[in-house]
Amino acid sequence: MNRLVATALTLVLAASACGSDSKQAAEVAPSSLTLVAYDSFSLKPDSFDAFTKSTGIAVKIVTAGDAGTMLSKAALSAGNPEGDVMWGIDNTLLARAQQAQVFSPYKSSELAALSPTAAALVSGNLVTPVDEGDVCVNYDIAWFEQKNLDPPATLDDLLKPEYKDLLVVENPAASSTGLAFMLATIAHAGDSAWQQYWTSLRGNGVKVVDSWDLAYYEQFSGSTGKGDRPLVVSYGTSPPAEVIFADPRPDRATTGVVDATCFHQVEFAGVLRGTKYPTAAGTLIDYLVSKSFQELLPLTLFVYPARTDAVLPAEFNDFAVRPADPLVVSPSDIETKSKDWIATWTNLVVR
Amino acid sequence: MTSSNRLPRLPLVALAAPASLFFVVFYLWPVVSLLGRTLTLDSMRAAMHDPTIRHVVWFTAWQALLSTALTVVLGLGPAYLLARYEFTGRRLITALITVPFVLPTVVVGAAFLALLPDSLDQSVTAIVLAHVFFNIAVVVRGVGGLWQQLPTDLTSAARTLGASPLRTVREITLPLLAPAIYASASIVFLFTFTSFGVVRLLGGPSRTTLEVEIWQRATRLGDVSVAAVLSVAQLLLLGVAVAWFAHLQSRQRRGLQLQPVAQRQRARTSRQRSLVALTSAAIVITIAAPLIALIERSLRTANGHSLAAWQGVFGASTDQPARPTTGVLVDPLASLATSFRFAVIATAISLVIGATASLAIAALGRRGRLLDTALMLPLGTSAVTIGFGLLVAFDSGRLDWRASPLMIPLGHSLMATPFVVRVVLPVLRSVDAVLRDAASTLGASPLRAWREVDVRLIARPLATAAGFAMAISLGEFGATSFLTRQGRETLPIAIERLLNSPASLLHAQGYVLATVLAALTFVIVAAIETTSSGVDRRA
Repeated sequence: MNRLVATALTLVLAASACGSDSKQAAEVAPSSLTLVAYDSFSLKPDSFDAFTKSTGIAVKIVTAGDAGTMLSKAALSAGNPEGDVMWGIDNTLLARAQQAQVFSPYKSSELAALSPTAAALVSGNLVTPVDEGDVCVNYDIAWFEQKNLDPPATLDDLLKPEYKDLLVVENPAASSTGLAFMLATIAHAGDSAWQQYWTSLRGNGVKVVDSWDLAYYEQFSGSTGKGDRPLVVSYGTSPPAEVIFADPRPDRATTGVVDATCFHQVEFAGVLRGTKYPTAAGTLIDYLVSKSFQELLPLTLFVYPARTDAVLPAEFNDFAVRPADPLVVSPSDIETKSKDWIATWTNLVVR
Repeated sequence: MTSSNRLPRLPLVALAAPASLFFVVFYLWPVVSLLGRTLTLDSMRAAMHDPTIRHVVWFTAWQALLSTALTVVLGLGPAYLLARYEFTGRRLITALITVPFVLPTVVVGAAFLALLPDSLDQSVTAIVLAHVFFNIAVVVRGVGGLWQQLPTDLTSAARTLGASPLRTVREITLPLLAPAIYASASIVFLFTFTSFGVVRLLGGPSRTTLEVEIWQRATRLGDVSVAAVLSVAQLLLLGVAVAWFAHLQSRQRRGLQLQPVAQRQRARTSRQRSLVALTSAAIVITIAAPLIALIERSLRTANGHSLAAWQGVFGASTDQPARPTTGVLVDPLASLATSFRFAVIATAISLVIGATASLAIAALGRRGRLLDTALMLPLGTSAVTIGFGLLVAFDSGRLDWRASPLMIPLGHSLMATPFVVRVVLPVLRSVDAVLRDAASTLGASPLRAWREVDVRLIARPLATAAGFAMAISLGEFGATSFLTRQGRETLPIAIERLLNSPASLLHAQGYVLATVLAALTFVIVAAIETTSSGVDRRA
C-alpha cells in the first residue's frame, strides 16, 4: 500500500516536474516585467537598475490605488492580472488575497534571510514578506512636557481622565491605519472585552476622522498642522519622518511612540497568478528581498526591511520605535471577523 | 413646431450616432461587465436587510436636496450680477467662481477645514456649506448663460406697467429662467448626492453618503458585490431624480426670442453701483478665503513658514545631504503637463460628442430625452463602478486597454459630456420655433434653416462648455484614481499622494500643487471668458 502511494506520488511529481520544465523551457525571458504596487510606493525608478543590468529585464511600475483598492482590482481580474508581481498586500489583507486566488506560490531563494516571524504568517509560500512596521499611538513630546504630564504608556492608560479629549484615531471602515489600531485593541482586550474598551474610549473623548492624513496633519499637535490633539494613531516610524523632513533638523525627536499600543504590520510581494512569465517574476521577487534593495526601503516607504541583515539608516536607529512584542491578530481571524468587528465598532463609536 | 421643418432622418442618425456609440462602448458595456461579474442575489438580499444602508440612503438624499436648494438660492444673486451688469473685473469674477468647482474636493475640503470654527467640525452644516461653495459655479454659469440672453423688454414692460421689482422677478424672470434653473439644479443634485471627498473630510465618520459606502465596501472590505448593488441603487435613485428634473425643465420650456448678444448694462444709479460693488466683494471674499488658506498651508513647516515646498516643486533644489535617498512619490511638474494634455483630449472628445448629442436631442423632441438621460448617467455612477468597470471591460486580448493612456481622458469625457449637453441644450430648446419657421418661409430647406439657426446659436454655449469640460477634466479625481498609472498622474492624483505622504515637506508640496491647480483653472477659465466675449461682439 505504502509503496503504491509512493509510486503514485513519484509519478505525479515527475509529471508535474515535466510540466513545469516544459513550461519553463517555453518561457522566453520578457523584455520587461510589470510590478503592481499601492500608490504610495515611492521608490525611484533607478532602484531597479541593478535588476535590469543582471537580467536584461526592465521593470515597469503600475500603481493601483491604496492596498485595499489594489487587492479588489486584482481579485476582479484574478488569473488575468495587470502585471506580473504585486507589492504591498499586508497581513490584514493576506487571507482575502488567498481566498481570491490572486497569487501563485513562489519560494524565494532568499527566504532564509527574512524575518522568521513575518515568514511564518505565510502558508505554502503564497507570498514573500518584504517589509514590516507598526501602527502605534504617537505623542507630541513638547505638549506633554509643557503640561508636566507623562505620556500614556499602555492602551488602558488612554482611558484615564488625564488623557481625556487628547486622542485622535482613524475610522477603521475607511482607513488601514484605523483598522490596525482597532485590531490592536482587540488583540489587547480580547474578543469579549474590546467593545467595552471602545465604549470607555468614546467616553474619554476619542475623536475619529476618516483618514490618516486628516488625523496626523490636521488634528495632531505634533506635526505641521498644529492641531489640538497631542495623541494620534500613526506609525512606529513617524518620528524619524518628522525629524528627516523638518527644516532645520532638530537634534532630538519631537514626537514619541507608545510601545505597548503597537499593532504589527507585514507587507508581502507575490507572483500574480496568470502571469506569462512566472520564472522571471520569481527572479524579481528575489530582487525585492535582496540586501541592496531592502536597504532602500526605510527612507522611501518608512518601513523596516523584512531582511534581517539589512543595515538601517541612522535616523531609524535613533528615532524609530520597534516594539519587542507588538500586538498581533492572525490573518485568518482578520479575514473572517473584521467585517463584523467594523460593523460593531461603527455602532459603538460613531453612531 | 410643424413636422415640415424637422430635420430629415439621415442627418439625425448621423448626429445621434457618436454620442450613442460613445455611451454604449465606454459606459454601458463597462458597467454591465462589472455588474455581470459581481452582482449576486445574496448580495442584493444582504444590502436590502442592512439597516446601515437605509440610514445611508436617507442621509444621502436629504443632504443633497438641502445642498441643491441652497446652492440655487445663493447662486441666483451672482448669476444676475454677472449676466446683467457690465463692469470692470466681471470676467475675472466669473472665472474665480469656477475655480472651486474644479479643485479636487480633498483639497478645498482641507482648506475649508482650516477656516471652519471648531463648532462646525464634523457637522452637516459644514458639508452643506462646502457643497454650496463647490457647486455655485454650476448655477452661476448655467442660469447666467440663459439670463444674459433673455430680452430685457419683457421685464421693462412689466415694470412700466407698474409691477413691483419682486413681482417682476417672480412672475416674469424666474419662469423664463426656469429651464436653466432646473438644468443646473439637476447637476448640483447629482454632484451633492454622489459627494465623496467633502463628506469624508468634513462630515466625520458617522455621516456617510452612498458613494462613500460604495467605496468603503469595494476597497476597504473587499465586498465588491454589495458595492455593485449599492451602485445600481444609487443609479436608480438618481435616474428618477434626473428624469423628474428633466420633466420640470421640459414643462417650463418656452419659445423665446433669445438675444445673440449679451444684454448687459453698466451700473448707472448709485444704488446699482453699490449693488455691483457689494455683490462682487462678497463673491471675491467668499471664494478667495479658502484659496488663501490653501496658500498658507503650502508655506507651513514644522516651525513656521517657508518657501521650501515651493522650491521643492519648482526644482530649486532643497535636497539636503540627508534627503537624497528619500523616495519620490510623484513628479509634480510632470503631473501638470499630464493633466493639461488629458484635459485637452477630454475637452475635444466631449465637445464633439456633446454638441452633436445636443443637436440631436433638440431635434428629436420627446424621443431625445432617452439620449439626454443616458448621457447624464455617468455623473450619477459611483467612481468605483466606472473605474472598475473600464478595467474589467477592456481586459482581454486585443481589447486589453487597461494600461492605455487614453483611458483617463475617456473617463473624463464621460463626466464632461453631460455638462456640454446641459449648457448647450437649454439654449437650443429656447430657440424660438418662429425663427425656424421664418427661415423656412423665406425658402430655406429644413437642413439649411437648422444650420443657420441652431448651429450658429451653439457657438457661444460651446465656448462655455469647453471651459466646463476642461475644468472637469483638470479636477476629476474619483474615476482617475482607479485608472492612473505610474508616470501618468494627473494634478489631483499627485495632490492626493503628496497630502498623504508621511513627510511633512511633501505634504506641503501637495498644497503647492493645489494652489497651482487653482491658478491654472483661473487662467484657463478667464481666457475662455475673454475669447467667448469676443464671439459675442462678432455676432
